[in-house]
Amino acid sequence: MATDILMPQLGESVTEGTISRWLKQPGDTISKYEPICEVETDKVVAEVPAVVEGVLKEIVVSEGETVEVGTLIARIGEVGQVNSEQEVQMISSPSETKKKEDAVQEKEDSMKHRYSPAVLRLAQEHQIDLAQIKGSGAGGRITRKDVMRVIEQGNSQPEAVSTPDVESPITLHKESKAPERKEENPSIAQRKGTKPSTLALENGDIEVPVTAVRRTIANRMVMSVHEAPHAWLMMEADVTGLVSLRNRLKGEFLQREGVPLSFVPFFIKAVVDSLKEYPQLNSVWANDKIILKKRINISIAVSTEESLFVPVIHDADEKSILGLAKDVHRLAQKARSGKLELSDMQGGTFTVNNTGSFGSIASGPIINHPQAAILSFESIAKRPMVQNDAIAIRDMMNLCMSIDHRILDGYLAGKFLSRVKERLESYHPDVQI
Amino acid sequence: MPVMSYIDAVTLALKEEMERDSKVFVLGEDVGVRGGVFRATVGLYEQFGEDRVLDTPLTESAIVGVAIGAAAYGLRPVAEMQFADFIMPAVNQIISEASKLRYRSNGNWECPLVIRAPYGGGVHGALYHSQSVEKIFTGVPGLKIVMPASPYDVKGLLKAAIRDNDPVLFFEHKRCYRAIKEEVPLEDYTVPIGKAAVKREGTDVTVISYGLTLHYSLEAAKSLEQEGIDVHVLDLRTLVPLDKEAILEATAKTGKVLIIHEDNKTGGFAGEVASVIAEEAFFELDAPIRRLCGPDVPAMPYSPILEKEFMLTPEKIATAIRELAEF
Repeated sequence: MATDILMPQLGESVTEGTISRWLKQPGDTISKYEPICEVETDKVVAEVPAVVEGVLKEIVVSEGETVEVGTLIARIGEVGQVNSEQEVQMISSPSETKKKEDAVQEKEDSMKHRYSPAVLRLAQEHQIDLAQIKGSGAGGRITRKDVMRVIEQGNSQPEAVSTPDVESPITLHKESKAPERKEENPSIAQRKGTKPSTLALENGDIEVPVTAVRRTIANRMVMSVHEAPHAWLMMEADVTGLVSLRNRLKGEFLQREGVPLSFVPFFIKAVVDSLKEYPQLNSVWANDKIILKKRINISIAVSTEESLFVPVIHDADEKSILGLAKDVHRLAQKARSGKLELSDMQGGTFTVNNTGSFGSIASGPIINHPQAAILSFESIAKRPMVQNDAIAIRDMMNLCMSIDHRILDGYLAGKFLSRVKERLESYHPDVQI
Repeated sequence: MPVMSYIDAVTLALKEEMERDSKVFVLGEDVGVRGGVFRATVGLYEQFGEDRVLDTPLTESAIVGVAIGAAAYGLRPVAEMQFADFIMPAVNQIISEASKLRYRSNGNWECPLVIRAPYGGGVHGALYHSQSVEKIFTGVPGLKIVMPASPYDVKGLLKAAIRDNDPVLFFEHKRCYRAIKEEVPLEDYTVPIGKAAVKREGTDVTVISYGLTLHYSLEAAKSLEQEGIDVHVLDLRTLVPLDKEAILEATAKTGKVLIIHEDNKTGGFAGEVASVIAEEAFFELDAPIRRLCGPDVPAMPYSPILEKEFMLTPEKIATAIRELAEF
């Protein structure tokens, strides 16, 4: 008895997914809920857990392939069910045949990187990554026909494959963006796949395979830097009062609420209140218009060893310091244990980045596309400052903000940042939260 | 519309043009009473008399020299070389006189001359009755060079050549004379000189050829259909002036070009076609331009086995196309 594993639906309006990596190979034993593969959609990268325990019998959809939700991707068989039929299957299991194919391919790949003028021209004109095309010519050469086929395929299914990580709030405006998108993402192969490097390895170099999450981060960063002209500004805030306040409250807070009181909720609160004054900062560039977002959903950057997640505190303007503290704690925990859900990731309108947590004193953050700005709170340090014409020891912190210069100019950004600064400086040890 | 052979189309074109214009006359070895060794001028002597169908001495230099003089004088001579191999004594007249007459007289004189010459092998003609001689003339400005493959084109192009006011070399593949037949209208029509024709549409490999090998190419293309190889075939029809546009268009169809002619490869006309493509369609190319031509040996061998080895065949062409398709 084998159990069919289908492509799961990873979020609303998601109709297809790409198998980015198989974590298990045919023959591997699988316990229940153990992830068997990574699936990547436009919105999220997720692991698909096994619904039963058993042995992975067969991989139906191979890495890099994109299939519709509900498509059979693998079969899991029962443990110990090693009958003759299965033995036969094991011998000719995909990994085995793949090895054989690889050996043959090595020989036949001699022409893979020999591109004809026609192929290079077409690839350039249609922005196709040749590394993603399988050549049908002699020695694995990519022929003109191979490229034409990719062009035709690309044209025949433009919308389904070329919707980028447009988050649900702005799907309304997809239409106005569509033509541009098409040019940006002409081929499925280029967008979905990994691009083999042409860099030569030297002795002692270590190759680290790029995980699906890493690749998603890379793609989004490139998209943001490529699309939005970043401008950067920094202000200095005297947070002596805030530091004293937190020091006074933190022990009691942890005891009472069960979550630690960090500076982050205060940062978010200052940002949220300032966004209310300057809604232009809480907006999205939509080519022919700028959309000022009603909801204030704050994305917070959470780092793990190898990844960066940006979960969202929805309607942050409706929350107190306590509510924000709990949300921050909850999302950070989820991110670090890899349990973020799709809904945790969607809808952000402004990003807060706590770079101070690892000692940074100034940073130039990359905007979380398609938001208008990102604000980094740098580390707090005691510094000698001039106060009332005397030197005083104060807790100082830098605020670093990157803005999408299409939407915002320095003047407005400066006013906004000043208000954040003022709010942070207005705290003193006796404030009630 | 009657079906006629390649050579019947030659005869018909000559007859019609002689009827149409009294300035047109033919001259050559045995073209009169004998009607030509290939029977290309059969019936003309009877219809038009010895003044317009001249049997000449075995002196090609004189045949062409006399024709140039007559053309300069205002007549429209059609000179026949019994075999293209025998054109050599007339080369000086063709290259030094006919090709240059208009230019050296600053346009005051013209030379409306046609030289017909049966060429090509595969007819057990051995060394002196099998040569392809086009490459001697293709690099000489001032000459037009027409090499039709089919009866329809023969009639239309020969008539166009006779009406042309400059010297035209009209090369007829003698293997085609009786082997190639098709419907030819009895009405008057011409086929423009300098225009190639697409004989078959395809997407995998483009074959560019002319003359007998054009037919072999079409046969090869047909046999490759079953293998799923889709061949595009272009008949040049005229080598000079060359229809570059058609060549570039045909190249763009597939990006893989095979140029085929019976003339030997080195210095052959395929080199010129390949150069045009390399110069003007580089970014259309998906494979190296290939040439399939006669071998670089001094002449057609007499031995039937060796002649077979020399000649191109549909099989040899199919192999070359297949290689290019798989590239």
